[in-house]
Amino acid sequence: MSAIAARRRTLPGFGLTMGLTLSWLSVIILIPLAGLFLKSLELSPEQFWNILSSRRTLNAFRVSFGLAFAAACVNLVMGSIIVWALVRYRFPERRLFDAIVDVPFALPTAVAGVALTALFAEKGWLGAPLAALGIKVAFTPVGIFVAMIFIGIPFVVRTVQPVLQDLDPEIEEAAGSLGASRWQTIIRVILPSLGPALLTGLALAFARAVGEYGSVIFIAGNLPNVSEIAPLLIVIRLSEFRYADATAIAVVMLIVSFVIIFAVNRLQRWAQSRIPAR
Amino acid sequence: MTIEVRNLVKKFGSFAALDSVDLKVDNGELLALLGPSGSGKTTLLRIIAGLDWPDSGELAFNGEDALAQGARERHVGFVFQHYALFRHMTVFENVAFGLRVQPRAVRKEEAAIRARVKELLDLVQLDWLADRYPSQLSGGQRQRIALARALAIEPRILLLDEPFGALDAKVRKELRKWLRSLHHEINVTSIFVTHDQEEALEVANRVVVMDKGRIEQIGSPDDVYESPATAFVHGFIGESIELPVRIADGVVRLGDRPLALDADGLAPGASRLFVRRHDMLVGPPGSGAFEGAVQQVRNFGPVQRAEVALSGGQTIEIDAPRGKELRAGDAIGLQPRRYRIFAG
Repeated sequence: MSAIAARRRTLPGFGLTMGLTLSWLSVIILIPLAGLFLKSLELSPEQFWNILSSRRTLNAFRVSFGLAFAAACVNLVMGSIIVWALVRYRFPERRLFDAIVDVPFALPTAVAGVALTALFAEKGWLGAPLAALGIKVAFTPVGIFVAMIFIGIPFVVRTVQPVLQDLDPEIEEAAGSLGASRWQTIIRVILPSLGPALLTGLALAFARAVGEYGSVIFIAGNLPNVSEIAPLLIVIRLSEFRYADATAIAVVMLIVSFVIIFAVNRLQRWAQSRIPAR
Repeated sequence: MTIEVRNLVKKFGSFAALDSVDLKVDNGELLALLGPSGSGKTTLLRIIAGLDWPDSGELAFNGEDALAQGARERHVGFVFQHYALFRHMTVFENVAFGLRVQPRAVRKEEAAIRARVKELLDLVQLDWLADRYPSQLSGGQRQRIALARALAIEPRILLLDEPFGALDAKVRKELRKWLRSLHHEINVTSIFVTHDQEEALEVANRVVVMDKGRIEQIGSPDDVYESPATAFVHGFIGESIELPVRIADGVVRLGDRPLALDADGLAPGASRLFVRRHDMLVGPPGSGAFEGAVQQVRNFGPVQRAEVALSGGQTIEIDAPRGKELRAGDAIGLQPRRYRIFAG
């Protein structure tokens, strides 16, 4: 039966492309990650635990994951509003604004970091008025938060945009003619339809912010236990030739990221199963 | 609920979608808005629903100004051409939507909502689909669910935009009959838009024929078919033969040839002659107003459709009854049993 099926396959090239896919993914992703795990095995469980439970490591995790999640949440809300405006309204220079969304994708992260730092420094354009209000952004955790928002925004916008474009405005009209208020239409009709895309956007923005290094280290101040992110701690440990320490932190980041991506993926699939494609 | 439309104008840029439209709809009527695409019929329907706003004109429900109200306040059930069902909700929740979003003060109890939805699903004969999602339904089923959803709010008026447009021919025929009997049962003032004349004539009590943002004729299905008021209506409804004629000195001429047709009361000048295909009677040469030669014959059940080249050079198609078979090459005379001549 399999021989017949193989001969009858309408799309040729399964063997070739599948082989290439597997070897490429192995070389590019799986083998380096496996190396990471192997390196951390040099540590005894006790050493491993000591590294991870040290105050500095825990604080770095808290800063990275906590701020990344907060930034992703802000991006989710603001990104949805931006998508709404870009998709549903026609205004002058809409295409320009649409293109601007992609700038954080394309800009070298170090450039972004320097620009944000200059902007939010105590004498910067935005930093000065904020300082007058008693809010210090640059060289504090707030600066990290700002940088993470900056680099995460395109992920939410670009994931939700096509889905909203596909959402027929007729369903909003239908909700309205059935007596729903604008608010009820958003809560009961639009958001549930966008649910899976919003979750994906959130996860991508989060993953990007957790891994962000370049733009953050310029604005963070990098004070241990306060504004030191986990990727920076890894770099510091490497420069101290404490490779095993570095890999231990890296492994935790890898596992947490993987669990989150996996969980969101499942959540998304569950949500999608309730909205089967047309 | 009566609906009154006065002098409604709606422009999209320089295109006049509605060009001063007047219309009165009686309580309990089932009215069809019939016209080609771009005739403004859907725009009119959307304005009545509160989904669009006219540039000028008046709209009244039971004598009360309706333009002051939004779609939400008008209590108008609207069935969209592509149904616009909520994809993330089951059929049950789709139908229940209008009941669940009511203000708390008037919202029904959960048990009452369930009972009402059940009742509506029974009405559209789809109670067994309550737990499915819209994507799991056929087109005809989606159509009926969209209708049940619109009826849930006990609308004062029911509006349907091309209700059968997206369905295949067989389902469409079934649903037409079903819609008629449903309207008979619930008897709510209803308007549906269609470009399909057969649909309009078969389902509606009254037909409004529209073209280019204007109403061409309002009448019973018989009226618009048997006595079309304008050349457009004659050409649009039923299959017509159209010939350019000229009226001069009380004689109707096709090209140079005078036709043995009554020209009484017709304004002189270029005109158009309309005859239904089946109203052209075939006789021996010289027996009628037209002379022609049969070019080609195809049989359609009870009729034979013949392509006839007239002596003036025009080619027309006629429907002749079976029995006296026509053959290609036959020379025949044609006499219109009934005809209309419109100036212009």
